[in-house]
Amino acid sequence: MVKIITNFFKKIFSNFFKKKENIKLGFYGPPNAGKTSLANRICKDFTGEEMGKVSKIPHETRNIQFKEKVEIEYKGKKITFKMVDTPGIATKMDYEDFLKYKMSKKEAKKRAKEATQGVVESIKWLDDMDIVVVVLDATENPYNQVNITIIGNLVARKIPVLIVANKIDLGKADAKKIASAFPEYDVVGISAKKGQNFDEFYESIFKLTKKIKK
Amino acid sequence: MSNKKHLGKIKGFTIQFLPYTEIKNLDSDERIRKILNIVLGNNILILQGKLKPEEEARLIGDTMAMVDHIKTFKGIELAVISGNGDKKGFYSQFKYGLANALTGGDVNAITIIGPATIVKEMKRNPKKIELLLNK
Repeated sequence: MVKIITNFFKKIFSNFFKKKENIKLGFYGPPNAGKTSLANRICKDFTGEEMGKVSKIPHETRNIQFKEKVEIEYKGKKITFKMVDTPGIATKMDYEDFLKYKMSKKEAKKRAKEATQGVVESIKWLDDMDIVVVVLDATENPYNQVNITIIGNLVARKIPVLIVANKIDLGKADAKKIASAFPEYDVVGISAKKGQNFDEFYESIFKLTKKIKK
Repeated sequence: MSNKKHLGKIKGFTIQFLPYTEIKNLDSDERIRKILNIVLGNNILILQGKLKPEEEARLIGDTMAMVDHIKTFKGIELAVISGNGDKKGFYSQFKYGLANALTGGDVNAITIIGPATIVKEMKRNPKKIELLLNK
């Protein structure tokens, strides 16, 4: 009996003090919102390496990309994440849209095909995330059904969400508009490119880990 | 897909209204198939009610799979206006909750889905949706 009670308390306390390991942190959002730029910034800060290639051409990330064991340190606390950068979610795809970026027809078609498959993969991976950062472009209208669908799906799966209003360094950016579009969620304005407001971002990420469902 | 032949150059389109009762008893697969069949027939669909978040995600995924397989299909434009978004009072919440429970979905919502070859953009804000059509 004593052994059972001892084991019970051991289990409780070991869970309580256990270092949080490999929390799956997903980056979701529409194309060109800056998901990979943000993931790169975090990886660069804590591992010295970037995660993926960024480009002005939409759908640069067309495969799910991982970075294992990224230990983020904030105010003396450390949490290890498995970072998962996902292709941008879109409802339409036209290879002709890529032609204006001086791409050949063949390249544009290939990119469109890979991008459609990337969207399907992103959606499949929703179930596997522990926490998700939804990256939105603060210069764009936030009332986009893709944004609402992503957030709605995370809520339905009880996955904690942080909304990031990216590109606040640009004149047109309006992080408040994003906050008023999603009043039930924490919204942090950042510039992944310039590294602005990352203290608040890391603080919000650490808070978010406390909401992970057991 | 029998509607494939209609997807070339757009000569016209229709707006189709679908009452919630038409999808109420369908499972998720059937709902998505029905919606995509309507959209593939060059129709702009106005659906009473809205899909579950998981169904919306499935709809996007299936749309992308179709873009990959049907040469002239470019995807969809999609917007939902929720019917009970502004009703914060307890009585309103209860009334809408009860109505939704009885009908099986948020029948006060409106979902608009159109093929991207016809609908260039759906501009929306909390109060309205504007459809910008391709010329």
